[in-house]
Amino acid sequence: MAQNIVYGLFVGGIYGIAAVGLALAFGVMNVLNIAHGELLMFGGYISFWLFSLLGIDPFVSLIICIPALFLIGLLLDRLVYRHVARLRGEAKIKNSLLISFGLVLILQNVAIRLFTADERTTQVSYIGQGINLFGIALPYTRLMGLVIALVTILALHLFLQRTDSGKAIRATAEDWEAAELSGINVPRVYMLTFALGAALAGIAGTLVSVTSSVAPSIGLDWTLKALIVVVLAGTGSIIGAFPAGLLLGLVEALSSIFISASYREVVGLVIFLLVLLIRPQGLFGSREAA
Amino acid sequence: MLHIEKVAAAYGDVQALWDVSLDVQVNEIVVLIGPNGAGKTTLMRTIAGLHRPRSGRILFEGTALHTVAAHQIVERGIILVPEGRRLFEGMTVLENLQLGAYTRRAKQQRDKTLRHVLDIFPLLAERRHDRASSLSGGQQQMLAIGRALMGLPRLLMLDEPSLGLAPLIVRHIFEIVKSIKEEGVTVLLVEQNARRALELAHRAYILEQGRIVGTGSGSDLLHNDEVREAYLGYAPVTARTLT
Repeated sequence: MAQNIVYGLFVGGIYGIAAVGLALAFGVMNVLNIAHGELLMFGGYISFWLFSLLGIDPFVSLIICIPALFLIGLLLDRLVYRHVARLRGEAKIKNSLLISFGLVLILQNVAIRLFTADERTTQVSYIGQGINLFGIALPYTRLMGLVIALVTILALHLFLQRTDSGKAIRATAEDWEAAELSGINVPRVYMLTFALGAALAGIAGTLVSVTSSVAPSIGLDWTLKALIVVVLAGTGSIIGAFPAGLLLGLVEALSSIFISASYREVVGLVIFLLVLLIRPQGLFGSREAA
Repeated sequence: MLHIEKVAAAYGDVQALWDVSLDVQVNEIVVLIGPNGAGKTTLMRTIAGLHRPRSGRILFEGTALHTVAAHQIVERGIILVPEGRRLFEGMTVLENLQLGAYTRRAKQQRDKTLRHVLDIFPLLAERRHDRASSLSGGQQQMLAIGRALMGLPRLLMLDEPSLGLAPLIVRHIFEIVKSIKEEGVTVLLVEQNARRALELAHRAYILEQGRIVGTGSGSDLLHNDEVREAYLGYAPVTARTLT
């Protein structure tokens, strides 16, 4: 039982990081990036190949993976999302769905071409090793994963609260016109936001490649998980997506004890529906739905 | 300073402005009055760069504004306090003010400007760590003006600053507008409260159904029979007893 809860939190930390990345683009730009899971998948492959070709520890290779995904994010914003973000209201969300769905297909096929359809896991030497605390196994890989997730969220929180760029992101999320009227370059804020979201996907992907496996097809599953978490947290809440991710991991773990492991995936979707029905503003959202 | 030449603007198929021409000279208070739906807000948004004109030109000290992004217009010193205030309500008073000084030009003097703005609005200083959404309507309007001042405006545009506020607060806001002008800032003001605005104005324009239908000095319009009937006849009781 306690073991399950701990594992639930480990998995939940990855859900949280994946979801915060999606929540950034959604909360600030009002675009829903279905290809978020594909960015995560590429992040996972980057750390896998850096490990298997060059022997770089996946937690160290984050210093390459994060900027790489940040750049991919910048590029995607310039090529694709910048044009979507310019639209208004419903046209924006619809177009972002359609375009990112197309992007999913493209990125998946690129991944199959480049990496084959095989499942890959970053098999570090210390895999399976860990600390044993009161009979609960804490593998190093998962422990490191949770630490990195927490540090990332703390850093993002400080960035958003303390820096001028972070404040500009929050202001743009609240009211992009008022942000422009304050002299904030909103297209540039969008670009930064999208790239940050992609970088977070890269971190999540690295953690996935170490603690489970990556394959070209994993993207949509992760997008769906992230989406459930974003809805659970409330669409206006960016940092709030992290605790919501931990919660989903926990609930999934508990459900596999009390219901059945085969219903693990269903539980998330049931939560998704319940939140939309009962509390559409989410757990941490207070503003009217974006 | 500001020269608007035959500007037309539309929302989709609905045309909101027709051939609007208007001038603002340095250190004037120019007032724009007109009924609801006349296009006053559209004109302000068009000058501020949130809305692209369909035709015509907007020049600020000889350089074009109508082709420039809104945040670059702010950089040039033209700042709009939008209708409905549009504060960042989830953020603190201080954060709202800091964000007002986001342009490179304003950021260099941010701390100095902040002290000045808090001198003008001591109430905001007291509540600097509170969320903007917790302020009263009048305080929110002061914060909106304060945020605009943080950007070091040379031309300050105010869209209905007195809307929904109690008379005493309205008077205070008009006094502040006057003192802002005395500091050398040029003001373009859209107001429902036509009497008070015209008393303050050097010059005024009347906008009806998207067209400029009249212009003159503030006092001329105050004593013009048509204007009195259309815009001042329904003035509040307190104002009417003064005439």
